[in-house]
Amino acid sequence: MSAQYKLIHCTINGKKVEKMVDVRASLTDMLRNDYHLTSVKKGCEVGECGACNVLINGEAFNSCIYLAVWAEGKNIQTLESLLSPDGELSDIQQAFVEESAIQCGFCTPGFIMTAVEILNAGKFYSDEELRKLLSGHLCRCTGYENIFRAVKKAMYRRLGKEIDF
Amino acid sequence: MYDMKALYEASSVEEAIALRIEHPEAQIIAGGSDVLVQMREGKRAGKELISIYMIDDLRGVSLDEEENLRIGSLTSFSHITRDPLIQKYCNVLGEAVDQVGSPQIRNIGTIGGNTCNGVTSADSASTLHAYEAIVELTGKNGVRRLPIKDFYIKAGLVDIKPDEIQTAILIPKASYENTFGHYIKYGMRNAMEIATLGCSVNVRLSADKKKIERCRIAYGVAGPVPMRCPSAEAVANGAVPTKELAEQFARTVIDDINPRDSWRASKAFRQHIAVEMAKRAFTRAVELAGGEMA
Repeated sequence: MSAQYKLIHCTINGKKVEKMVDVRASLTDMLRNDYHLTSVKKGCEVGECGACNVLINGEAFNSCIYLAVWAEGKNIQTLESLLSPDGELSDIQQAFVEESAIQCGFCTPGFIMTAVEILNAGKFYSDEELRKLLSGHLCRCTGYENIFRAVKKAMYRRLGKEIDF
Repeated sequence: MYDMKALYEASSVEEAIALRIEHPEAQIIAGGSDVLVQMREGKRAGKELISIYMIDDLRGVSLDEEENLRIGSLTSFSHITRDPLIQKYCNVLGEAVDQVGSPQIRNIGTIGGNTCNGVTSADSASTLHAYEAIVELTGKNGVRRLPIKDFYIKAGLVDIKPDEIQTAILIPKASYENTFGHYIKYGMRNAMEIATLGCSVNVRLSADKKKIERCRIAYGVAGPVPMRCPSAEAVANGAVPTKELAEQFARTVIDDINPRDSWRASKAFRQHIAVEMAKRAFTRAVELAGGEMA
């Protein structure tokens, strides 16, 4: 086919943007290639591993199986949006550091963006619920336990509760 | 980049119908969690796509003028699970679709896509069959409604005419009223798993909760398409809920189902778990309806 392009308007990490995108592009392709947001990882590229996870209108989506043209009118957040102006980490990132929830780091941005969606609900989740909410990500290093503890810790802190693991 | 020949985007149902007629070879794409993956794998590579994902009119759950539950075809699984009307009238459907894939898949996956791909293992399918759901299709000559059992023709094939798209799924009031259901998915792991077998049972009890007025059971993966079990239902209809009845009801499903050997599980294993799942789902549905198993 001859290349087919479409002009897309959306908000990425708080900034309004417009871009001509190739209709064959996934949202991962657009965020990485056009905006250099390399926290969005190319993992399995079939929606199984969660490494490319971003928030779209506040909900977690695997951007590898999301067409770039569907970004029209949407509010998209990647891990880069969590960086505060003075370079401080967000509470979730800090909890990941404290709990050693990172080894190679490839799955980390995806996990953290899912944690953003989970904790933005402002609810208390049981261990079982939390594990289910985190189940859309694969990590080949940590064995998940530290990631689970990090998210749980961040949740307790936001709710002002004491945590005892 | 996806290996697609062309992408046609519809922003309304009318546009989608016009595109269907204009491009008869094109594949409809809703959330894309099946179509895009198949395209990536090469199965649908080089094809034209008609995207209906941006048609926001097809999202949301409401009650129509006859108080039937109306679920727009593009409503995502997670929105179905969280919807107050679903929770009130057909909570089992919300629980069933909460077992699809992973949280991210449940945000993109749609009930329309889950049914239109014609797959027997779809987590929504057994509950929709057990509630005698109605599929609404819109084409150039207007709206057509058909029972979900007639919508499924054979594995991977459903009754959508070349000028149609699916626009809603309805759960009739007569079907959900005073009715309580339970769904069990059997899989090898909890997340990112296709059901080895799925079983959905619902019951309506008499006013004094002593008798089963109506019982319905349907399976996914017990045959090439999702299916009801009329013989088992006949055993339970009008009966008093007891443990013996649950056993007898569960044993009877064997007369109705037709599972196959596949790499996921053998026929014998599927038959074995079908009986156990029927018993458990039936018992739970009776409990949810406020009944007691004597």
